[in-house]
Amino acid sequence: MKAEGGRRKYFRAERGDHPSSLIPHPSTKRLEGRRRFLKQSGGLALAFTIGANGLLRAIDVRACGEEGDVDLNAWVHVSNSENTITVMCPTAEMGQGIYTSLPLLLAEELDADWRHIRVTQAPSDKAYINPEYFGVQGVGGSRSTMGYWKIMRLAGAQARAILVANAARQWSVPAGECSTVPSYVVHAASGRKLSYMDIAKIEDFKLDAPQISEKDLKAPSQWRLIGRDVQRLDVPLKVNGQAKYGIDVQIPGMLYASILRPPVATCPHPLYGDGAENGPVKVDAAEAMKIEGVVKVVQLPHGVAVVGTDYWATVKGKRALKVEWRKGSLAAGYDSEAKKQEWSAIASDRSRKGRTVDNAGAFDDAFKAAAQSVSAVYVTDHVHHACMEPFNATAWLLHDDIEVWAPTQGQTWAQQSVERVTGIPADKVRVHTTFLGGGFGAKTEQLPNAEAAMLTKVMDKPVKVIWSREDDVKHGAYRPLTAQRMDAAIAADGKVTGWSHRLVADSVLVRARKVVWDKSPGIDGSVAVGMTQPYGIPNKHHEYIHQLGGIPVGYWNAVGNGFTIFAVESFMDEVAARLGKDPLQLRIELMTDARGKAVLEAVRKMSDWDRKREGRALGVAYNHGGRWNCQIAEVVEVSVDRASGAIKVHNVWAAADPGTAIQPRHLRQQLETGIIWGMSAGLRERVTIRDGIVQQSNFHDYPVPRMDEIPEIEIQVIQGAVGQNSGAGQIGVAPMAPAIANAVYRLTGTRLRAMPMLPGQVKQALAETETGAA
Amino acid sequence: MSQMVTTTLTVNGVRRSVTAHPDTPLLWILREQLRMTGTKFGCGMGQCGACTVHLDGQPVFSCLLEIQHVAGKSVTTIEGLSLESKHPLQKAWVEEQVPQCGYCQSGQIMRAAGLLKENRNPTREQIVEHMKTNICRCGSYRRIVAAIQRAAKEQG
Repeated sequence: MKAEGGRRKYFRAERGDHPSSLIPHPSTKRLEGRRRFLKQSGGLALAFTIGANGLLRAIDVRACGEEGDVDLNAWVHVSNSENTITVMCPTAEMGQGIYTSLPLLLAEELDADWRHIRVTQAPSDKAYINPEYFGVQGVGGSRSTMGYWKIMRLAGAQARAILVANAARQWSVPAGECSTVPSYVVHAASGRKLSYMDIAKIEDFKLDAPQISEKDLKAPSQWRLIGRDVQRLDVPLKVNGQAKYGIDVQIPGMLYASILRPPVATCPHPLYGDGAENGPVKVDAAEAMKIEGVVKVVQLPHGVAVVGTDYWATVKGKRALKVEWRKGSLAAGYDSEAKKQEWSAIASDRSRKGRTVDNAGAFDDAFKAAAQSVSAVYVTDHVHHACMEPFNATAWLLHDDIEVWAPTQGQTWAQQSVERVTGIPADKVRVHTTFLGGGFGAKTEQLPNAEAAMLTKVMDKPVKVIWSREDDVKHGAYRPLTAQRMDAAIAADGKVTGWSHRLVADSVLVRARKVVWDKSPGIDGSVAVGMTQPYGIPNKHHEYIHQLGGIPVGYWNAVGNGFTIFAVESFMDEVAARLGKDPLQLRIELMTDARGKAVLEAVRKMSDWDRKREGRALGVAYNHGGRWNCQIAEVVEVSVDRASGAIKVHNVWAAADPGTAIQPRHLRQQLETGIIWGMSAGLRERVTIRDGIVQQSNFHDYPVPRMDEIPEIEIQVIQGAVGQNSGAGQIGVAPMAPAIANAVYRLTGTRLRAMPMLPGQVKQALAETETGAA
Repeated sequence: MSQMVTTTLTVNGVRRSVTAHPDTPLLWILREQLRMTGTKFGCGMGQCGACTVHLDGQPVFSCLLEIQHVAGKSVTTIEGLSLESKHPLQKAWVEEQVPQCGYCQSGQIMRAAGLLKENRNPTREQIVEHMKTNICRCGSYRRIVAAIQRAAKEQG
């Protein structure tokens, strides 16, 4: 009884505040209508996935009781009363513009007037899985455009066909005689037209879903919306404080929770561990319970939660806890400086074998036959996401199901994780996705959702868990630390005949996607991504050697691409230096990919590559992007303050080829974000770990770029393959660090092989070069 | 005896009385008791600026401001900056399509509003100097500069 009442209250009180409601001042009627829309969509959506060609089966019920309101399929709802067309966004908006670009793909084929389009967040449902992203509903790996590129357009084309069929029936004319102009069906022969919203009101509206296939979709030359910038649908809510993020969720009667975590970095993935190896063994909650507003102290496997009636009371309670922690875990023995040494030795020890990726020819033979060889070892530190919105989640256990409000990149994983910790079946876990205050891979993590679920079960009330910034920095899921050994064989005629890349690192899959790892041939694609680049070298060897560190490692912006490209593209310049060749020219000569050649030629021109700069130098790096199907070349202009060793990036020129740029402005924003992240990871960001304990805690000791550090950035978008889709969200990150290192070499003759390139280390390296030269 | 105290302050022109631990940061009072969630938590130590509001007209970090020190004072939040997003900065933010994830933007706008009150026509250097207290992890900085310049120009 209580639960039912509570649920009704929730829909009345909260639905209007739900971040998916991008329509201002929603009326009660609209809220009720949307509720039906969301409720019905599950069934409709399932039909979508099992129908022929992945399309909807015919549904013979009016989806929504509202007069003139109709769900055309699981993806689009037409409302006569509101004069709107609302599109489901299956995935989360975390800054990448997906709330605009996916609806736009549907609107293109629906032939809708963009002014009628609204967006709403899809519920957690199998219908909305991304076939390109682990087969789950979630967002990551720059896979949203790729995964939904076809689905959204087919859904739009199908919805259009339904509207045309109904208009034709109303007019008693063949559907084939009808056409559409934005938001209208037209019968040219009789001069009649009906708006989509008026069609939705037709008395005997029929949802006879026709079979639609890719051949029914528009040719790129017919696109009206794709490729032309529109204003983002989420922006107006983000300038007046009305956009709702996970941390903003308010449920009547809700409690708050802060969690004291162990000293050792602990962020278990709920599907594969509970963190008890570092967890509490003895808890003294006496002082915490004396704080007014603290309701309960709850011991969890990995930490101790203080639950209270306001967040600050829980913070005070957390500070008053006395806890003894379990010792002796694998992570507790982890030292990041020592790991770089240890793993560098493994990278160079050819008796240590890993798994190989995309090898070609016979590197060993090429090496034996070589006139000369080049080799180098690169190391990279852990880095942290530092999303502006720290981890949080809200959960409410009702009698037989559980509601979770989460700024999450993984709805399906949230359902599975909550099932794991509460025993409530995943299909009874309803995930309400809010806006994300940054994601960058971090919010694929599921611990906050599991924590909120565990606590609502204990408290029998809705509970919101908020991580402090210190929790977020000290217990993140860091990009893996790496050591990489590079070798190149050069023949007597100066040809590069062999290339070897041995990467030693922990694995994100082992920790967070064990089920995927167990099926893989020992390769973590998110870590190894970027090792293979389309340089025409006949004998290539790429090897990934997995080492388990025990420290939580996770997906970071571009993940492995950030460190593999640092090694590949720095080493390419080292080879060029040995050959006495211009490094950009050498890349162009070796490049086997026409789009790759085009982006390299473009940055050569943009940066005026051959012009010498006083006190500054240019460096270049390239990133093929692999499965992202988006290529980029970046040139940076740097100077170095020899007294401090500080590197300054003055200018960045980037040329990217994403195939089709659906929203060119979003693309530029995403590339700019990547460039800034790449610069920051290259120059400064690092998490250091001693005895398993992260040494940083907040923005003062984990600094991220501020406004005064941003270089001039010029971006050129080359659409080398219109009609092809790609994932462009992360492509810009990786080339920055090697481009900076390459520029520093050209300026000073000093080769930097450790990332980040911190001033103290740069200063020391400069001094060593001078000593060596003397 | 209760550990909590009652404090009266003015928020967006309205007198409000709140009861909380005296060291509760204003940020959490705004967000939880007054249900104004436009002001964001980012770091809790005045490092990121996501929590920026105006205290008696001046931009401050609400995460560092204990409620006991706000008694009798006047606070403006993003919700009170203008009716219907009509502040020149809000309009410029839309024109320049500044926000990406958007989480820091309330704080950025409140910080910028403080600048334009003092200096109607800031140079680029003055904008950067003033705004570097506020972090945007998406790196929307170049558009923030453009939006502030646009707003300054339009307010004349």
